[in-house]
Amino acid sequence: MADPAKRDAILARMRQSLSVGADDEVRRKTVKDRIKAHKPNLVPARAQLPHKKQVELFREQAEAVQSTVTSVARDDDVPAAVADYLRSQNLPQTVRHGDDPLINKLPWRKKAPTLELNKGIADPQDEVSLSHATVGVAETGTLVLTSGSDNPTTLNFLPENHIVVIKAGEIRGTYEDAWQHLRKRDGERTLPRTVNMVTGPSRTGDIEQRIELGAHGPRRLHIIIIGG
Amino acid sequence: MSQDRPHVGLFVTCLVDMMRPSVGFASVKLLEQAGCTVDAPAAQTCCGQPAYNSGDRATTRQIALDMIEAFEPFDYVVAPSGSCAGMLRKHYPGLFEQGSRERERAEAVAAKTYELTSFLTGIMKMKSVDAALDQNATYHDSCSGYRELAIKDQPRKLLKTVKGLTLTEMKDAEICCGFGGTFCVKYPDISNNMVTKKIANIEASGADLLLAGDLGCLMNMAGKLKRQGSKVQVRHVAEVLAGATDMPAIAERDE
Amino acid sequence: MNQTPTSRNFKRNTAGALVNEQLQRALSNVPAGFVDKRARARDKLPEFDALRDQARDIKNHTLAHLDLYYEEYEAKVAASGGHVHWCETADEACKAVVEICKSHSARTVTKGKSMVSEEMNLNAALAEAGVEPVETDLGEYIIQLRGETPSHIIAPAVHLNKDQIEADFRATHTGLPPERNLEEGAALVYEARQILREKFIAADIGITGANMLIAETGTSVIVTNEGNGDLTQSLPKVHIVLATIEKMVPTLEDATTILRLLARSGTGQEFSSYTTFSTGPRREGDPDGPDEYHVVILDNGRTKMLGSDFQEMLRCIRCGACLNHCPVYQAVGGHAYGWVYPGPMGAVLTPSLIGVDEAGHLPNASTFCGRCEEVCPMRIPLPRMMRNWREREFERHLSPATVRSGLSLWAFFAKRPRLYRLATGFAARFLHLWCGGDGKLETLRFAGGWTKHRDFPSPEGRTFMAQWKNRNG
Repeated sequence: MADPAKRDAILARMRQSLSVGADDEVRRKTVKDRIKAHKPNLVPARAQLPHKKQVELFREQAEAVQSTVTSVARDDDVPAAVADYLRSQNLPQTVRHGDDPLINKLPWRKKAPTLELNKGIADPQDEVSLSHATVGVAETGTLVLTSGSDNPTTLNFLPENHIVVIKAGEIRGTYEDAWQHLRKRDGERTLPRTVNMVTGPSRTGDIEQRIELGAHGPRRLHIIIIGG
Repeated sequence: MSQDRPHVGLFVTCLVDMMRPSVGFASVKLLEQAGCTVDAPAAQTCCGQPAYNSGDRATTRQIALDMIEAFEPFDYVVAPSGSCAGMLRKHYPGLFEQGSRERERAEAVAAKTYELTSFLTGIMKMKSVDAALDQNATYHDSCSGYRELAIKDQPRKLLKTVKGLTLTEMKDAEICCGFGGTFCVKYPDISNNMVTKKIANIEASGADLLLAGDLGCLMNMAGKLKRQGSKVQVRHVAEVLAGATDMPAIAERDE
Repeated sequence: MNQTPTSRNFKRNTAGALVNEQLQRALSNVPAGFVDKRARARDKLPEFDALRDQARDIKNHTLAHLDLYYEEYEAKVAASGGHVHWCETADEACKAVVEICKSHSARTVTKGKSMVSEEMNLNAALAEAGVEPVETDLGEYIIQLRGETPSHIIAPAVHLNKDQIEADFRATHTGLPPERNLEEGAALVYEARQILREKFIAADIGITGANMLIAETGTSVIVTNEGNGDLTQSLPKVHIVLATIEKMVPTLEDATTILRLLARSGTGQEFSSYTTFSTGPRREGDPDGPDEYHVVILDNGRTKMLGSDFQEMLRCIRCGACLNHCPVYQAVGGHAYGWVYPGPMGAVLTPSLIGVDEAGHLPNASTFCGRCEEVCPMRIPLPRMMRNWREREFERHLSPATVRSGLSLWAFFAKRPRLYRLATGFAARFLHLWCGGDGKLETLRFAGGWTKHRDFPSPEGRTFMAQWKNRNG
């Protein structure tokens, strides 16, 4: 496994090339301070807006990258919105999801009686998955999804159709806002095992530089905004 | 500044000197019209790019020092070339050690060196020229002028005041023509691919006259146009601005 | 186990490339596919150039403190349950990967796109160890079928056309019905999706590169559009990350600034479809994700670039903008450069990694048009560094003898204005007479490179300086 002599040799070569010593406390403090402060750099003005405008921008930007977006007024409207979307795309009324508290408490049976819900990680046979995003980033219409039993990472990539619910209140302006949210939630200097920033469905330009959707990940990404 | 008329040292450039002196005289005429006193110091040779771009820093430094000495006495140094002016302005200082006397001198010369059209419009505030030409021209932005000296609008502004001249933009006007100094003889086939694409854009513009501010690029494009039997004429922008278009265009047969 | 370079044969490589009609047709997609899209993305973000300045400063700061950021980074990787493997050479890095594969008795590994893997020639090492590597990025998959290397750092199959890809699929995908229509790009994408799906699920180990490493949290970042990198790293039991030492950034905020530039510069997207931050292996309660997380850190000569004329090259984020905008790259494609990294970034990086003796052509094959530097999101002075390589070659007498002797003859005159006047006066008059009033020459013995493709315009006959002297006494 890891060879400490190699590590020391490479670090020593870095120091030699940079003409610095290993015991330079000023440099060390500079590095510690920068990490501790994690100061935002220039943040584009685009998404520095009142919240309502951020939600509008989020939607606009998501649609610009071929996500589809619908808004529902309340949590309880989500099941019908999911069922409607599946019908509109001629997809089976079967959805895979994780143990997300919001998804769990929705009135599925009452509002979408035809829908079959399966809980757990994605199975290769699954056609549709449902996740709850942690944060929405208005700047580029980006969904931030974090790993865990509530929203397993494989749901984001394996099925051909991915539906993501997000509350309008979870939509923020910038990526920096997302980092601040996660730091507040989980603490400093740590991240969930996987943070997926998802901006539109899967695509490739590898054949003659023309964009085709659905390369390996979902061909369709449908976003349901609650209270938007 | 000496008296009212700025004293301009014309750096004629090695290519204009040897290949197309009329560009030099056109430049003199324009500078004089703009209110300058012009001299072309006899000690000038070349800006040193052939050595510089071949990695011969020692020779470049020697040539640069000679050039600096030749042009130090002037208020301004003006060249009918973005590439050569860029060499003096952007590259001479870096040839010498920070803090050295040579560096200081190089920086002083660099600060007062200009490409012709940017000098006329930017420093001398020339708004129009006294020239007429009944042709449809397209303008190629040579790389050094465009990217090192931000020359784009300056020649066009003046060209728009030439009576009878239409200016039609070609596609990708600011993409390299494939000249690149010694590049075009070291890698002739790649250069040919580049100039072929450039020629196609020139022809597609419908213009009957190609203009640019650098003679190297012009010779490259003219040579290719002529080889392909094109009717498009090729001139340095200074010739048109100075109304000095009685000379045959570049690579054209004597009348 | 570096790939065997053919950079020495650059001229021969380019001669073939320039007459290869398939290649020329494929390369003609580059301007609309990349250049125009980047311009639009830049125009939509008014802060774009200010972000470039900051990104440059972030990397400069990081490189100046690289040893310490690695100490911070490594501690965080360990704290999250991951392993860091330090490797000085490509061989060592291959061995580290093969060892991990062996310890899991791996039979197949899926791979996300990684230029470091190309630099290591990892696929050959894996195959030799009895492990089947499966490239999953569509472009990489296609060239793996063809036994080729990538010709572009973000679009590996940019040198190919649809009909070639269709032929490759028909030749290798047994079970593909001959009547199936594969004319459309979408059909080809779907076909590859079906085939690779099974590979993702069967893989024992997933290997990805890293666009960045983040010291703050011990995180690796991958940026993809297809989602292949995510399937590669989230389905198998083991995730191996390959990274070279320059990938480091201090904080999530610093990574964010660079991410704002990366996709815009490379593909012209505002943001790629998938930007994924990975920190360690599966945690308690995680229902999916890898059980093991390894990061292979490779030096391969880069520590020597620190503190040298070429340190700034270590800011490169591999967006590909310099390739896309380079008229030389657009003319000859990536394979002609003869090693892993083509285009302007390759012209600077390749001599650093495999030696300027081997790669001397690359920094010379540039007109210094400056378009690469103009678009580089990290503001790397690529032309200046190409010139630095030319200086090294000149000092070491590696430049061709004809160039050196021509140069010294020219320099002899250029340093002596009087003699120079005589010589240019003579040449101007001689060439003018030679042209005989025709305005041009079609062949010129000492400038065959010129007249092979174009006429040589006639000089007017007398030099400017001679006439000026007469005019002004």
